[in-house]
This record gives sequence, C-alpha cells and structure tokens, in this order.
Amino acid sequence: MSASAIFILDLKGKVLISRNYMGNMDMNKVDHFMPIMMRMEEDADSSPLVTHGSAHFLWIKHRNLYLVAMTKKNANAALVYSFLYKMVEVFKEYFKELEEESIRDNFVTVYELMDEVMDFGFPQTTDSKILQEYITQQGHKLDVGAPRPPATVTNAVSWRSEGIKYRKNEVFMDVIESVNLLVSATGSVLRSEIVGSIKLKVVLSGMPELRLGLNDKVLFEITGREKSKTVELEDVKFHQCVRLSRFENDRTISFIPPDGESELMSYRLNTTVKPLIWIESVIEKFSHSRVEIKVKARSQFKSRSTANNVAIMVPVPSDVDSPKFKTSTGSCKYLPEKSAVQWNIKSFPGGKEYMMRAHFGLPSVESTELEGRRPITVNFEIPYFTVSGIQVRYLKIIEKSGYEALPWVRYITQSGDYQLRTN
Amino acid sequence: MEWANQLCENRQFGSKMTDSKYFTTTKKGEIFELKAELNSDKKEKKKEAVKKVIASMTVGKDVSALFPDVVNCMQTDNLELKKLVYLYLMNYAKSQPDMAIMAVNTFVKDCEDANPLIRALAVRTMGCIRVDKITEYLCEPLRKCLKDEDPYVRKTAAVCVAKLHDINAQLVEDQGFLDTLKDLISDSNPMVVANAVAALSEIAESHPNSNLLDLNPQSINKLLTALNECTEWGQIFILDCLANYTPRDDRESQSICERVTPRLSHANSAVVLSAVKVLMKFMEMLPKDLDYYSTLLKKLAPPLVTLLSAEPELQYVALRNINLIVQKRPEILKHEMKVFFVKYNDPIYVKLEKLDIMIRLASQANIAQVLAELKEYATEVDVDFVRKAVRAIGRCAIKVEQSAERCVSTLLDLIQTKVNYVVQEAIVVIKDIFRKYPNKYESVIATLCENLDSLDEPEARAAMIWIVGEYAERIDNADELLESFLEGFHDESTQVQLQLLTAIVKLFLKKPTETQELVQQVLSLATQDSDNPDLRDRGYIYWRLLSTDPVAAKEVVLAEKPLISEETDLIEPTLLEELICHIGTLASVYHKPPSAFVEGSRGVMHKRLPARTGSGESTESPDVGTAAGGSAPEAAPSIIPSQGDLLGDLLNLDMAPPTTSGPPPPTTGMQMGGMDLLGGGLDSLLGGDIGGSPAMGAGFGAAPAVMPASLNAPVGGGLGDLFDLGGVGMPMGAYIPPKIVWLPAMKAKGLEISGTFARRAGVIQMELILTNKAMSVMTDFAIQFNRNSFGLAPAGPLQVLTPLGPNQTIEVSLPLSTVGPVMKMDPLNNLQVAVKNNIDVFYFSCQYPISMLFVEDGKMERQVFLATWKDIPNDNESQFQIKDCHLNSDAASSKLQGSNIFTIAKRTVEGQDMLYMSIKLSNGIWVLAELRVQAGNPNYTMTTIRRSGSSLKMLTFFTCAACTLTSLCCCCMDLMLSQYNT
Repeated sequence: MSASAIFILDLKGKVLISRNYMGNMDMNKVDHFMPIMMRMEEDADSSPLVTHGSAHFLWIKHRNLYLVAMTKKNANAALVYSFLYKMVEVFKEYFKELEEESIRDNFVTVYELMDEVMDFGFPQTTDSKILQEYITQQGHKLDVGAPRPPATVTNAVSWRSEGIKYRKNEVFMDVIESVNLLVSATGSVLRSEIVGSIKLKVVLSGMPELRLGLNDKVLFEITGREKSKTVELEDVKFHQCVRLSRFENDRTISFIPPDGESELMSYRLNTTVKPLIWIESVIEKFSHSRVEIKVKARSQFKSRSTANNVAIMVPVPSDVDSPKFKTSTGSCKYLPEKSAVQWNIKSFPGGKEYMMRAHFGLPSVESTELEGRRPITVNFEIPYFTVSGIQVRYLKIIEKSGYEALPWVRYITQSGDYQLRTN
Repeated sequence: MEWANQLCENRQFGSKMTDSKYFTTTKKGEIFELKAELNSDKKEKKKEAVKKVIASMTVGKDVSALFPDVVNCMQTDNLELKKLVYLYLMNYAKSQPDMAIMAVNTFVKDCEDANPLIRALAVRTMGCIRVDKITEYLCEPLRKCLKDEDPYVRKTAAVCVAKLHDINAQLVEDQGFLDTLKDLISDSNPMVVANAVAALSEIAESHPNSNLLDLNPQSINKLLTALNECTEWGQIFILDCLANYTPRDDRESQSICERVTPRLSHANSAVVLSAVKVLMKFMEMLPKDLDYYSTLLKKLAPPLVTLLSAEPELQYVALRNINLIVQKRPEILKHEMKVFFVKYNDPIYVKLEKLDIMIRLASQANIAQVLAELKEYATEVDVDFVRKAVRAIGRCAIKVEQSAERCVSTLLDLIQTKVNYVVQEAIVVIKDIFRKYPNKYESVIATLCENLDSLDEPEARAAMIWIVGEYAERIDNADELLESFLEGFHDESTQVQLQLLTAIVKLFLKKPTETQELVQQVLSLATQDSDNPDLRDRGYIYWRLLSTDPVAAKEVVLAEKPLISEETDLIEPTLLEELICHIGTLASVYHKPPSAFVEGSRGVMHKRLPARTGSGESTESPDVGTAAGGSAPEAAPSIIPSQGDLLGDLLNLDMAPPTTSGPPPPTTGMQMGGMDLLGGGLDSLLGGDIGGSPAMGAGFGAAPAVMPASLNAPVGGGLGDLFDLGGVGMPMGAYIPPKIVWLPAMKAKGLEISGTFARRAGVIQMELILTNKAMSVMTDFAIQFNRNSFGLAPAGPLQVLTPLGPNQTIEVSLPLSTVGPVMKMDPLNNLQVAVKNNIDVFYFSCQYPISMLFVEDGKMERQVFLATWKDIPNDNESQFQIKDCHLNSDAASSKLQGSNIFTIAKRTVEGQDMLYMSIKLSNGIWVLAELRVQAGNPNYTMTTIRRSGSSLKMLTFFTCAACTLTSLCCCCMDLMLSQYNT
C-alpha cells in the first residue's frame, strides 16, 4: 500500500525536496517523470498516473508544484492521492500557502513534517493542529520543555488535545449548500444535485461531547415524527470525529469536535429542485461579421430571499472585438482572457427577470482553430436560505465541567458547478 | 539567489530569518568552511552549519565528505539539530557504511531517552539506515521499543520491524520480532494496532507463504474494534487487511459487512474505497435472496456516486474502480447514469472514463438520454474524447437493439459534419453495426461511399473496404472503388492490404465476369510483390482456392459470419474477480493483475487463479478463496458472456496437461481450504441429493432423521444412481457407482463423456468413456478441474494417445490427487470439469461419491476412538435410520470395510449389535459412527459424529459443517448397505 518516496518538484521537474521512505528504489528515477509528462502533453494526453519501467508515479499539482509519490508495488492509489492532498493541507496550515518559495523558506520544517506524516510509506498523523503541538520551528532545548508527542497522536480521539480553555464557550455552525446543475442546450435539466456541508468553528473548553440534531428524514421515520418537514440525505460523509457506527445504528450524530475550524459533515441530495437561477440564451454568430447575444436570467426562488453577487459568464468566440452591452440591471464586462462576457448583478431578488444583450464584431478572416462549445456558468449566493430545507434542530453541548455554551447557526446557498450548455 | 522573505513571518513561530539563506553559499572551498563550522565549539554555529549541509544535500550537492563531522554533532541535546543529523544519516549512511557504525551508540542511547519523542525518532531513523552491518546492533533497542510504555514509540517500532524485515528477513525471524508484531494486534492502542497490521501486511505481501496474517474470528474482531477508533489511515490499513480474510460462512460474512458499512460515510475517499473492496468481496458469500444482500447493494451506490465529487485524481481512481464494479454487479449503479454525464471542465482522463461507464450502463430504459449526451460530446473539440464518443454511439447500437436505428441516423448526421476524424470513427463503428444487424441498414452505404476519399486512417480505410467487399453486389461501382485503393497498394498498412485482398476476392466471387482482371492484379500484388508473409499466405490460399475449386472458395470466403457480441471490452471474468480483490490499488487503475507490473511478484500475487496441478507455481496466498469462496456459478452476472456462466474460473485456464512431478502445494493451503469448504449453506447438499428428506437437510442430529422408504426417488448425482444398479454385486471391493453421461454429445460438438469415480488401491480414479459422435477426428484431449471442496485434481495428463475417430469410443482412467486448490462447492461433492480437444473447450459438472475420499488408514485405535467419541460435542452428532437392510452386523461390517469404513469394536446389548466405526477423509477429517443392528429388524440406527484430524483449529472451522458432513457419510453408508442388501 505504500509510496516508496515522495518528491516535491517545481514546474520544470526539478526536485525541490524529497523523502525516501522505503529505500527500495533509485531516487534518480524521478528524473523520468517530467519528460513523460511533456510527451503526454504533446499528445494532448493527461493522466494522474504515469509509469516508467517498474516505477509508478502518482502525482497531483498544487500551484507551481508537483507532488509526486513513487512506488514499485501495487500501492493503494486512493490512499496515495488522498495522502498527497492531505500533505498540501498540512503545509498550508504551516506556511499559509504552499508554493516553491514556502518550501525553500521552510525546508527544515518540511523535512520534519515529511518525517512525521509518513513512515515507511504508511501515513501517520496528518492532523495539522496536533502536529503543531510538537513540530514547531523553534529550536528546543531537550532538557527544558522539549516537546513530547502529545497523547492525542495515538489516542482514540486523535483530533483534539486535552486541556483546551476558553473564557467564552461558543460554537459557530455554517450550513452551506452548493447547487450543481447541468442543463442541456435544449433547456432540459440533465443533472441537479445539492452538495451540502456543515462547517464548525469550535470555541469550547475541555473535552465537550456534542450531539447534532437535523431534520433528517430517516431519523424522523425511526422516531415516528413523519409529519414534520424533513430532508432525505442521499449520502453523508463525516469528519472522523463523528461516531460512524452510532450514526449507522440510530442516525445520531455525536462527536467530540476538533478545536477551531473544521468540516463536520457533508451530504448530497439528488432531489431535483427548480433551478434557482434560470438562464435562457440566444447566441447568434454571423461569420465574418458579428456575434449577437441575448440572455434572460430569471430567479426562481421565493421573493423574500435575495441572491447576492450574481455573476453570469457567457462564452464568446476568442477572436471577437468591439463589445457593446445593454442590460436591464447590473453591469457587463468583456473578459478577453476567458473569452467570455461577465454579467454582474449585485442583488437579485426572488421572482425577478432581467435581460442582457451583447454585440461583438468578428474579424473578416476566420480563425482556423476549432472552439469547443462552452457552457454558460453562473455564480451566486443566497444567504439565510437552504435549498434542501435542511435545518439544525439542536446542538447539544455537554462537558463535564458543566459550562453553558451557545451554538450559532448560519445558512447559505451558493452555486456549485452550475452549467448551462449553449448551442 | 534572492528568496523573498515575506513568508518568514509565520503565524505560529514568530518572525525569524527564513531557511532560504542556507541555500546561498556557492563559493569554492565551501566544504572546508563547513567542516570548520561543524567542529565549532559554539552550538549555534554548529546548528547553522548542519542546516547548510542539509540545504546542500537538498539541492543535490554531494556533501558525503562531511560524514564524520556531521555524525559528531549527533550527540546533542537540541532536538532540531538531532533531527537534521538523523536526516543526513539516512541519506548518506549507505555510501559510508563503515563510518555509519559510529552512529550506533547514539541510536542505542536515544532509544532509552526519557522523552518518547526521541525514542521514537531513534527507532524510526535507524530502520531507515539500510546498512547490513548496523542492523544487528539495532535488535536490542528495537525489542525494547516494541514493549515501550508509550504508544507513540510502540507504533513507530511496529513499522520498524517491517523496515528491518526488508533489509534482513532472516534476522527478524530469528529474533522473534514477527511474533511480537503479531502480539501488537491485540494492543490496547488503536494506532499501534493499525501500524502493526500495516507492517504485517507489508511483510506478508513479500512473503505470501509465511502465513503471517493468520486471521481468525478472534483477531478479526479485534481489528473491527480498532477500526472504529484509529485514524483514517489506520482504517485503510485495517480494511485492506480485512479484505484478505475469508469468512467461515455467510453469517460471519454478513456480520463483518455490517461492521464495515459505516465506513462508507467516512470523509476520506480512500477509506470509502477500501470499505467498498471488503464489501464487494464478502458479498460474494451472501445468499442473493437474503434481505441483507439487497440492503447492502442499495447502500453501495450513494458513496460511489459521492466519490465523483472528490479531487480529479481520486475521481479517476474511483471511476476506474466503478468500471470494474459495474461489470461485476451492474445492479448497483444501474439507476445512476446521469452522474456520469461529462462536465465541460472535467479533466480529459475523467471524461474518457465517464464515457466508458456510460456505455456499460446504457440500457433500453436510458438509451435516449445517453444518445443525446453522446451526440453532444461528438461535437466537442477534444479529438480523443470525440472519437470515443462516436465509438460509444456505435457500441450503444450494438448493445441496445431498439436504439440501433437512432444510433445509425445519429452517426449519419455526424458524417455530414465532414469533420475528418469523426467520419472515420463513424465508419469503423458502422461496420460493426452492419455485422450485428445484417440486411438492415445497408441503405446508408451510399452515404459512406461519398466519404471514401477523406479516409486516411488504416482502421477506417480497412472498415470501408470491408463494407464495399461485403456488399459488393449492392454497390454498382464496387470494382471502381476497390480499384482506386489498389493503386497505392504497397503504401497501405498491412491491415488495409489484407482487407483489400479479401474484399476483391469477395467481389470476384460475387461478380466474376467484370472483375477477373482486378482479382488477378491483387493476387499478384499480394503474392509476388509483397514481403509480408501473412499477406502472401493469404494471397496464395485464395489463389489456390479460386483456381482449384471455386465452389469451395465461395463457401470459405463468403461463409456466414458469427454474430459479434454485445459487450465489448469486457474484462475476462477471472481477471475481473482478481481486480475486485484489489479495489483502490494500482492494479484496479491499470485493470491489470499486480503480477503484470510489480517486479518479483510473478506467481505470488495472484489472488484468484487456481494453480496448475503439480507445477511449481502452486503458491496461492491464503486468501485465494475469498472472492470465489461464495461465488456459486449462478453468481456470475449477466453481463459476462454466456460461456462464463457455468465455470467462470475455468475459462481462462491453460489447458496444458498437468505434470506429476512438482511439489504438492503447501499444507497451509489445505487448511485454509478447509475453511472455505465449510462455509455456510452446506445443508443444501443433503436437501438436494437425498430428494425427499427434509429432516436430513435440516437435521442437526437431535431428532433421528428417517430416510424415506422409497429411496429411488429422483436423486441427482453419482450417489443416487446407485439405486439403479440392481443386483450388480461387488462383494468386497470398494463401492463404485455406475457410469452416467456427464456431457451429452449435443452440448459438446459431438463429444460425449460419461464416467464414474472409483477408489482402487488407495488411488482415486476418474473413469471416463469418451465417445466421438461427430464427423471429424478429435485429438489433443486435455482435462482440468475447477477448484473443489476436497482439492481433487488430475494427477497426470488425460491419456488419450491416439486420435479419436468418428464413432470411436475410448475408456480412460485418470488418477486423481487430493492436493489441488480447495474451494467450497455446493453441493459439497460437486466437481466442475473442463475438457479440451482440438475443437473446443467444454464444461460440465459431476458429483463424486464421498466414499471415494475414505482413506485406507482410517482405522482408529480403540482407546483413541473411545476418548474421541466422548470428547466430541453433541452438536457434531447426527443420527438416522437405515431401513430395509437385511444383512447381519458382521456382513455389514465387512462390506463397509471394503469402502474403508472400519469397524473398531462391536458390542452386543440386549440383542442389539452396536458397531463402532471410523472413517478418515483424505483431508484428515475423522468421522466416527455407531451402527446399531437389531437382529431381525431390517432398520439400522446409525449415529455418526465427526472430528477433524490433528489440528484443534480445524475442529472449530468444521463445527458448523459437522452435521452436514456426518450426514453425508451416513447417506453414503446407507447407500452401500442398501445396495448389498438387494
């Protein structure tokens, strides 16, 4: 299941830092990585997994860096990729941003972290809050206050240390729902999906025991309260602090939360909802002369809610010129680097309809390059509203010291992957 | 070099200079400078110097010359400095093995430091120093660390054992570290358990026969408990290890599944995939009519769909695995077509995989949507993606007949776009559509012919030429079209040349008058002017055919073509099952078995393929049976081509005759096999075989089951046929059932096989009669068994030395061994056989009498018998009556002895004779029996109990199947006695 070695490369393929975990492969093999990548790029090919002889490279890209795991065994690929992403997360917690410079500037810490997060190809502790308790950048004297491995590292509760203290105990919850939508060019909804996530910011002392109550349909069915408005969660994923077997048994979400910010859970619903913002568009291209675009945007949610920062991106050919716009509300911008028009509407109340017209010139010599038909994409956020109707019914907080703690909940719905194909 | 400093103000660590300054010295004589600094008295200076050394090492400069100076800094009380020196050591120890010894003392000392962080650091680092000389000094510190009071040290030491094993396996074994490691599986700390499991799995992987991961229900229970408590990574180690276990029966399988299912809700995709692997494997053992089975199926879909919201690389791994899962169990995702619709911003590798899965899920119910999507994709700009989309449309046409017409018209629309590569792809797939639906869509040929000139890819040209040749009679200018290709014959690729040759010959056979010149031209081009042997051979054959017997030529060239299959690119079932065992790993991404890409794993890593009998490669990892364990033949999903239904496992067997010379497989294999064999559901054996005896089927000993009086009720298999035997007496020899037809001629292209089993002089024989009822001669016979409950395998090749002419019959006796691979069959005595000859491979299954497995040394010592009889729990006991047997006890005893059922003692109580008997099966299981014969009463009462051979462990494995097995032996004895009786 193991990675023999992990490398961090710059964009040219030069090794910035590496760690040989198993010592069973020639570290120079990584020199083959970039040439293979270049060859694939020439063939317009791409794969997150490349092979050279007996060496397999599993890579991800972050900013101007490649993180590459090398193995010669039948490694657990899912584990390797998710570990690489976890590494990025850890480094970001330590250095704010992970890029070439932060690696150089902190190479001693990077080495230390690489030593700690994986051993002989087996991922170990990757919780950055816990790591920060014993891997710091200060040189420690061993006799006085040298860090010891926090018990947390090996505890069953490996995400929260003991002895945390706050004057005021509070929990902030954000319920964020993203709407993914795919609409065909003929206007029929191909896919509509809600991906929700509940984020926590925990400011609590000690080892609090939390229980979260949602209007979960399955739970209500078990407890026989079927009348209330409920939500059917198709698939739920939890932070590792949540007791999964408890949830499996009686749908109770109980946990000892990590300190600070974390994502407690995410869920997915396939219930088809009316697309919150509906777009109708006509894009007419008159070769060698002009492109005319008509876009109608309609908000299909209740009028007491308002969508903020709505941005509608309409694709245009890459060689257009002299843009002209007319809108019933908001403003338009031509973004040549994205070959798109961006129509911004600061505030879009429910049940309204707005229009936008755009006119572009086209050069008389047509570009030979074929262009894909890109979809219209929409960004928006609607505060105080969840499209699924999910509600936090309660959050019980019990700590043995018996303090009172206040939970705060915010709801927001936003656009996820919101695409409407064009003709 | 100037490195920006804005990042130096790190939130947690206060401001200080960044490390980038250490990279800046590039002057000459640097090494000398560093040497001086390393030996400085000032600690701060020393540390700075070591950092510079590490910086140089990082950018790839060789600083190994500083080895002694750096090692001198090792004894420090500064943790950061210590870590840096350790890091340096790991990198350079190998190049300076002699000096590395200098470090040993410090390691030993650090392993006893008061701070667990230091102890762990030392033990972790020393495992990474791969210098043979040092390793032996590290054993003592490691031993201490494995028993350390701090779990952080123990978990690090556990991994160190795997490291050391990789350097010096013998040393680790001699030092007993493996046992200590195994003990750590019971550690109180979940992280220690997880790392111990990981280390053991790693070692076991490279030593598959070591039987290290001796998993049993107790250890499984420990793992499942730790699963709830350890980190996400630990959960993956444990799940991957669990996947190697073979549950004893469906109940255990279900209870493990129940405890693994919650992992599907884990946020980490890798945890989810590993859980899916365990569930996919263990599901095989669950009866399909079980409610839980369908619940589990339903539970699998949502997490698989959610994986598609992960990062693109993880999506890719998920999609490659979903591709396997939909082939194995299409029902899981059949309603989820829409989630595989391609998004504009998906990376190309994700798009291509999604497309593949869309085709697999395409059905009549969703075909309209799929086609609309595919058409959309076919107008994209990404060439690879577009091509695959066009091809996909063709595959839909072939797969869903109702959609064929729409697919064809969609393809024609696409051809009208005149986009070159689209046209070419379309023509290639239309060729397949023609073959699948002959005489239906040929009206489009005209449109295709219009695009002849634009075809520049060999595959498309070959496809077009094939179409022209095949439908030459409907294309007026077929000769002109083909002639136009002929001009540049030598510049074409072989594929096109061969196709052109065949097409022109077809044309000639259809329209001989106008094309004589053309055919001569192509024949001469192919035979005289070409260097390509394939082309020349084909040319000569056609030439000869045409010149000697045009009628025969017509029969050969214009022969009716077999239909093409509906599913293409299906993974062959044996490989598919192996890959399912590897979900989440590289193998599942490559769709190749690990042995295909991992060095040194040939013959080691196969989790599925049965070993060839007697060949040296018969090393199976203990988990072999898992996926197959419960995969009763009917479990083969409908998507697998029809052949695969019966004997999936045999399909891909190399039919080479087995040799007798090789060593037998390791006995561990047998033991594990024992587990397989005793999986649940054995009861059905009796239910099925002894036709109308429900009491026996359910019979768990308590109530004496009564055999039905009319024993010649319809009974299946070898046992039953006995009743037809009538008075054929075989007074003293072993009981041999009569031969029955196993493979009727009509099912095997004229080959009829009938046969029986016999035990002669301690050797199990399969006695076969092969009859050739076909018109042609049969040769090259070979035989192969699927894995079976008692490891039966041919001990030699099938001796059919002379060709078998039409209407000829040959009797063959095939000696069998019991050292083959083991898998529980249902019924227990079922045997699946493949026979190959020059015509084809044929499959059949037959059942052997269990008495065949009774060995000659089955006579138990009296004392042992007495003690054992008392020892064995009542649960293992079953009782039933044998009716209408008119033999006296002595006669019965001597007859049974002929079949290796030995009478140990006889007692007479109140006019009742009690015979105590023992039987030993070829796999070491003992069956003890008590037979009560009342003089003058034709009904015997029989009590059988059973125990395993030497090992106590076996006893537990066998408990659940005890009744079934003993009952089976009862029946067998019953049959024998009845037979002698009449």
